[in-house]
Order: sequence, then structure tokens, then C-alpha cells
Amino acid sequence: MEGLTLSDAEQKYYSDLFSYCDSESTKKVAAHGRVLELFRAAQLPSDVVHQIMELCGATRLGYFGRSQFYIALKLVAVAQSGFPLRVESINTVKDLPLPRFVASKNEQESRHAASYSSDSENQGSYSGVIPPPPGRGQVKKGSTSHDTVQPRTSADQQEPVSPVVSPQQSPPTSPHTWRKHSRHPSGGNSERPLAGPGPFWSPFGEAQSGSSAGDAVWSGHSPPPPQENWVSFADTPPTSTLLTMHPASVQDQTTVRTVASATTANEIRRQSSSYDDPWKITDEQRQYYVNQFKTIQPDLNGFIPGSAAKEFFTKSKLPILELSHIWELSDFDKDGALTLDEFCAAFHLVVARKNGYDLPEKLPESLMPKLIDLEDSADVGDQPGEVGYSGSPAEAPPSKSPSMPSLNQTWPELNQSSEDTAIVHPVPIRMTPSKIHMQEMELKRTGSDHTNPTSPLLVKTSDLSEETKINSSVKFASGNTVADGYSSSDSFTSDPEQIGNNVTRQRSHSGMSPDNTAPPPPPPRPQPSHSRSSSLDMNRTFSVTTDLCVHTGQQQAGVVAQPPAVPPRPQPSQAPGPVVHRPVDADGLITHTSTSPQQIPEQPNFADFSQFEVFAASNVNEEQDDEAEKHAEVLPVEKASDPASSLRVAKTDSKIEEKTAASAPANVSKGTTPLAPPPKPVRRRLKSEDELRPEVDEHTQKTGVLAAVLASQPSIPRSVGKDKKAIQASIRRNKETNTVLARLNSELQQQLKDVLEERISLEVQLEQLRPFSHL
Amino acid sequence: MGWILVASAAVILFLQNYPLYIRSVPTENELKFHYMVHTSLDVVDEKISAMGKALVDQRELYLGLLYPTEDYKVYGYVTNSKVKFVMVVDSSNTALRDNEIRSMFRKLHNSYTDVMCNPFYNPGDRIQSRAFDGMVTSMMIQVC
Repeated sequence: MEGLTLSDAEQKYYSDLFSYCDSESTKKVAAHGRVLELFRAAQLPSDVVHQIMELCGATRLGYFGRSQFYIALKLVAVAQSGFPLRVESINTVKDLPLPRFVASKNEQESRHAASYSSDSENQGSYSGVIPPPPGRGQVKKGSTSHDTVQPRTSADQQEPVSPVVSPQQSPPTSPHTWRKHSRHPSGGNSERPLAGPGPFWSPFGEAQSGSSAGDAVWSGHSPPPPQENWVSFADTPPTSTLLTMHPASVQDQTTVRTVASATTANEIRRQSSSYDDPWKITDEQRQYYVNQFKTIQPDLNGFIPGSAAKEFFTKSKLPILELSHIWELSDFDKDGALTLDEFCAAFHLVVARKNGYDLPEKLPESLMPKLIDLEDSADVGDQPGEVGYSGSPAEAPPSKSPSMPSLNQTWPELNQSSEDTAIVHPVPIRMTPSKIHMQEMELKRTGSDHTNPTSPLLVKTSDLSEETKINSSVKFASGNTVADGYSSSDSFTSDPEQIGNNVTRQRSHSGMSPDNTAPPPPPPRPQPSHSRSSSLDMNRTFSVTTDLCVHTGQQQAGVVAQPPAVPPRPQPSQAPGPVVHRPVDADGLITHTSTSPQQIPEQPNFADFSQFEVFAASNVNEEQDDEAEKHAEVLPVEKASDPASSLRVAKTDSKIEEKTAASAPANVSKGTTPLAPPPKPVRRRLKSEDELRPEVDEHTQKTGVLAAVLASQPSIPRSVGKDKKAIQASIRRNKETNTVLARLNSELQQQLKDVLEERISLEVQLEQLRPFSHL
Repeated sequence: MGWILVASAAVILFLQNYPLYIRSVPTENELKFHYMVHTSLDVVDEKISAMGKALVDQRELYLGLLYPTEDYKVYGYVTNSKVKFVMVVDSSNTALRDNEIRSMFRKLHNSYTDVMCNPFYNPGDRIQSRAFDGMVTSMMIQVC
């Protein structure tokens, strides 16, 4: 035989193998027995093995001497690399990866055999069964990977070694190596820790086809198989195990390819999937998982029913208990079916478990579904897996997830809704003080002299006018906060004038009126996920108000119509709210609306408030007067004018104005012009105010947020993506505004209550006097 | 039919009157808890039959003091599939409010549903889900 030059790694590897085969320490190995097994483990066809044996001279000698053995091993590597078997190739092939012998337990063997048999077969056979490690069967396939592997081999060897060392961690299947390999090392060595004959196996594994994932495995052994079949990942933990080689029947390609290959593939996969970072899914792995998913469920966006998944994973031969646990971990939405991401996570866990890694108690983060879109082959396995998940959660929730809510891990849902809710949530938060302020502001806007709220109200009006364009939002704003209605009720006086703007006013009115009749739709913000939650509320409130308010009828109608127009984002709806208010104020009703809208767009209102405060009552009075006048004109309110003017006087006056104005319009709006009703409305309003407060707050916040958003981007609420920070900042501002407004609102409402009571008493007196007059 | 007995002491989940899951916090006196649960099973059955038309809602079986000497309360809950959850709580603990008990049963029910969703779980088997165990443990820790 020609001289055989072996690299150091090869030398060591071969010597190990020889020692392994030379169980009798006779310095020569019988042609049969271990050697044969070993060669079989190389996953080479029998003829190739025979050829090798011939070449190395064993046939001649009848046994394998050390040199023959080494030559044979080298030839195995050559064959595995896909090079033609030639004697010359022993030395000519440079950087030949170490022959890879896949050791495996029975499963592995079968798997290997299966994998050997042809990648396609292996993989194909796996449909439904854990596919044989990809690339396994590609022993003969171009050894391009080998080439690539080889250069890497050394590097890989180094790398795998280290990772291998950490058994506890995910198998160091050098993910990077896998990536390099175009082909998945179908012949992945079942690097399970099971492999007993460690060192031997790894080299064999290396000899395997291009998939050189087995770094990790190999690394464990002295001559880390250059090839890194991720499939054949040698389990890192036990370096020896890395070289899980099928002691014998590997060559039996005809062996159970299906399950075995599947399991092998799984194992391999698992090993390869090892974790650089534990539980990370590499691209190769992910691709493999996806392919497997396709075999079960062609639609990547579909689900794999539990039964099918059960069969599939049962093939992995893991104990049912573990499979059950894996399922628990991976079925993120607990819907009894696996989406693509869930499936990948589960598969990954199975692979890991097969490789000897203990199952985590909780789903590792890298396997958790995320809302990111996975489509692009993410580099890191995790991302893809997670990304894929992102899609799935979306899918899952809609289709399944009866118990989604109960899941702790309803991240997808949360994530999905987070976007919507991100904006919405802040909005819903209602702060009482803001409400008060809002109300106060609204009152001011409505023209009542709410000394307290005057400034804010004024501000609001101005703001509203600016944001008139956001009518829809205004509507929402009004709708959102029934409480606004309260405040608006105060500002009813101004409402009549603002009918035009109605939107805002209506809200306020509606808020008021509905309250009177029935507690405003409480559910205020329960629909964080609804983009149009505010709009919904508004619809509700609007509908209510329409019934109640005559005056506001128009407004309401308008308002009701508007909510639909509100852009899906809750913010827009809210933002409009404040905007609406503004316009309203401009008309004089703004105050009324301001409360509601203000609650929504805290930001603008907030600023307004401050301004209002600066302006103090003067502006408010003016507004109130205007509003009152308007109201008087517009509304058939008896006392509109008088109260309106009086309102200006002082806070109490303002209250009165509000009351009168409110009552005037309120009556109209609420449809309760009668004197008697006022008390009720008042009470109800108060009540509803309270109820609305939280709603209002929420609305306010929502509107605030919306307003903020709208303000920032008047164009579109749609761009949710825009400027989250700005939005958040605006949210904050709006919240602050909300609190102020809420406080204002409560104060104003208190005033309103007082005023109404006074009114009642006055009316009573009037009644008493009237008979006399008649007489 | 399954029973779950939860107690500051024990949780037993029964299916068809044979236990699916038993867990008790103070591991001692487990037998006693088992006995109590079995006795309460009768009471639960009574209630089930008494309910008649009313679908099984979240029901509560409050036995109060079963024995004058013992201070514990047994709560029951039955699902639509006739899986019974029994919770035994020591009265020595701060008396749990009804809402708390209800919420605990709700959580149990949800967890049980999740277990059921697992295709690898055969109905009728003892529940060996780690997630379920974790949930029950956390609940019992709360109670105790």
C-alpha cells in the first residue's frame, strides 16, 4: 500500500478506532466483526466497503493490520466524502474529513441506515415520522460539504470540542458548521449520548456526507469529525456519545428507515440543534422542522392537530410523559394543535431530549413564539422559530385558543394586541383628577363660568378648534367618556351652539344624557384590543344620547356617524375626541366636549388646561357667556340666557350657567326639559359621572393618546408605528391632562349638582307662586 | 367524575370517583384527607343529582365542619364532564373567602383543561403534568 500520510487528528482517530476494533489487542483486526461493524457504521454501501477492504489490502491479508486499517479508514473517509475510491486518493485527497461512523443505538442504527439509504428516502419516509437526519443518507453525495467542512474541520474541531465539553448545555453542534453545510447532514450521526464507542463514532460520522454538522459531536472526540452533520450531532455532553455510531446495522440501509430514520433524524437534528445558546434553533434545524411540518400539514400557516402531532412525536420514542411535557411547553396557546412555530419548538425540544438534554420546566425564550415574522430565514434558529411563532399566535388565537386567555403564555395575543393595546391601554386609564379637570374644562368651554375649569376649558376650546379636523376623533372622545357627557352636560349650554361641531358636544351631551337615562356604557375600555374601542363606546354613548338628547340629537347623530370613521386605532378615535372638543369649544361648546375629548387627548388638553388656567375665568366667562348666549339662542331653554349670563359671575355662577346652559341644552339634549327631570338627570349624571369617570379617564387617556398621536401626526392615526415614543410621551401628557380634567370634571359636576338643586328649589318656588299669579 | 382534592392540605382530582390527582401540602394526614374527600364525594353526588337541570356551573360545596372535632372545610366543584374537584382547607388558615375558592377552582379547571388538550394525555390517567403540578403547588402555597 502506498504510504499513508495521516494528519495528527486522523492518526489519533484511527488509532482509537483501531484500538476499538482490535479488541483482542492483537494488532490486527479481523476482517469481520468489529471492523465490519465499523464500516457499516460508516454508512457506506456494502460494495464500497468491500472495495475499501480490497484497496487496503485486507482482503489480501485476510485481516486488518494497523496500516490496512488506517488505509481503510481513510478510504472510508474518502468514500464518505464522495470521492472515488482509489488508492491514490488516500493521500491525494487533502483535508479529508475523518471518516464518520455513526454509532447509534438501535434506533440510531436504523436511523443511520435509513439515512444512508438516501436522503430523499429518508426524509421522505419521515413524512409523519421523524425524518431521518437530513443529509444522512447523502453519504455519497457530493462532498462539497466535506470540502467546506474540511477546512472547517479543524476549526470545527476546536469549536465543537469546547461546546461539547459542556454537556449540560445544548449540544454544541456547531450551528455555524451546519450552516455552512448546504446539505443537512442526513447522515447525521446520532450523536446521542448513547454512543458508547465514542471516539470511534465521531470519525465515522465525519466520514459521512457533507453535512458536517457533527462538529459538536466530533469535537468531543479526539478527531472531531470534520463533517458536521448537524443531524449527526454528537451530543455534546458526552463527547463519546457524540460518536454514536451504529455498531453494526448502520449499513443496513434497508433497515427501518422510517421510524428509525425519523428518530435518527430527530436525534441528529436535536443534536445539531444544540444550542450554541441552549434551545436555539439553527437555520438548518428550522428548515428541517419546517419540512417536517409540511409533511403533516402542507399549509405552513395551518395547525397540526394534536393527534397527528402525537403520532409524529411518538415516533421519537420518547416516553409519553416526556412527550406530554414537551407538548405542554410547546403548545403555547394551549389549543391542542401546533402551529409551525409551536411545532418547531416541540421538535426542537424532542431533539434536545433525545440528545440527552433535560427538558426545561418552562419554554425557553428562544423557542417562544414571537410576533416577529419569521419568513426570512433568520440566522439564528431561535428567531425563526420564534418568528414563526409570531405568526402562529395570530393564527392560533383566532382559530383556537378557547383557553387562550387562561394561558399564561398568551404572549402572541398580548403581543398582537399589544400594538393595539399599546396605544389603547394608556388611553383607557382614567384618572379621576384628569376627569375632573376635563369636566371643568368642558364646563368652561360650554360657556359656563366655571372659574375653576375656565382656563382649561378655554384652552380646550382653542385646542379643539385646532384639531377640528379630527372630528371623528372628537366624536369618539365624546363617545368615550360618558363622563364627558357629564361635563358636557355642564357644558350643555354651550352645546347647542356647538351643534355644528356637535361631535364634541354631542359627546358631552350624550355623556350627560345617557347618564341620565342609564349608566353610560360602562365597559369602557375593556376592549384594549379593539382598535375602535373608543369608537365603540362612543357609539354606545351616542346611541344613548341620541335617545336622550334632543339637542344633542344632531350632534349625536353626527357623532355616531363619525365613530365609524375613526381610524381603527383607538388613538385616532381618542385623539379626535379632543380635537372635537376643540371645535366645540370654538363654538362655545368646546368646554363641553373638551372634557370628553380632553380626556382622550391628554396632551393637547393638558396644554390647553394650563393655558386655561392662565386665562382663568375671564376666558371662560367669555366663553361661557358666548355659549350661554348661544345656548339661549339656540335652545329653547327658558333660562338659558339668564343663567348663562349669571354663570359668568363666578364659579357658582358658572355652575349655574352650566346648569342653565346645560339644562337648557341639557334639557333639550337630554330631552328632559321639564324641571322635574333635571334633578334626576343631575343625579344620574353624577352617578354616571362617577361611572363615566373611569370610562372617561380611559377615554380621556385614550383620546389623549389619540390626540397626542393625532397631534403629532394629524394625518393618520394609522401609522401606529409612528413614533411610539412620541406617542408615549403624548400619552403621558394626556394622562396628566386627564387627571387634571378629571378633577375639574368632578368639581364642575359638583357645582352642577348644586346648581341643579338650586334650580329645583327655584322651580318649586315658581310653581308655588304661579298659582297665585293665576289667581 | 374526577376528583381533585386541594387543601391547605390536599388536592384530589377524581374522575368517576377515582382519583386522578392527589396533592396535599402537609404531607402528613394524607390518609385523613383522602377519607374526607371520599366522604364528601357522596355529598357532591347528592348535589349533582339535586342540581338536575341546572348545568354544572361553578359550584361550591361547602361542608363546613364535617366533624365537630375537626376544623376544615371541604369545597367541591364539578365540571361539565363530571370531573369533580375537591378541596380541603384547614379552617385554621385564614378563612378563605368564597371568591377565593371560586377563583382557585377556576384556575384548577383551566389547568385541567390544558392538561386535557395535551394529546399525549389519555383521559383517565393520573395527571402527571408538571404545569399542573406547578399550578396546584402555587395555589396551595397561597392557601397555606
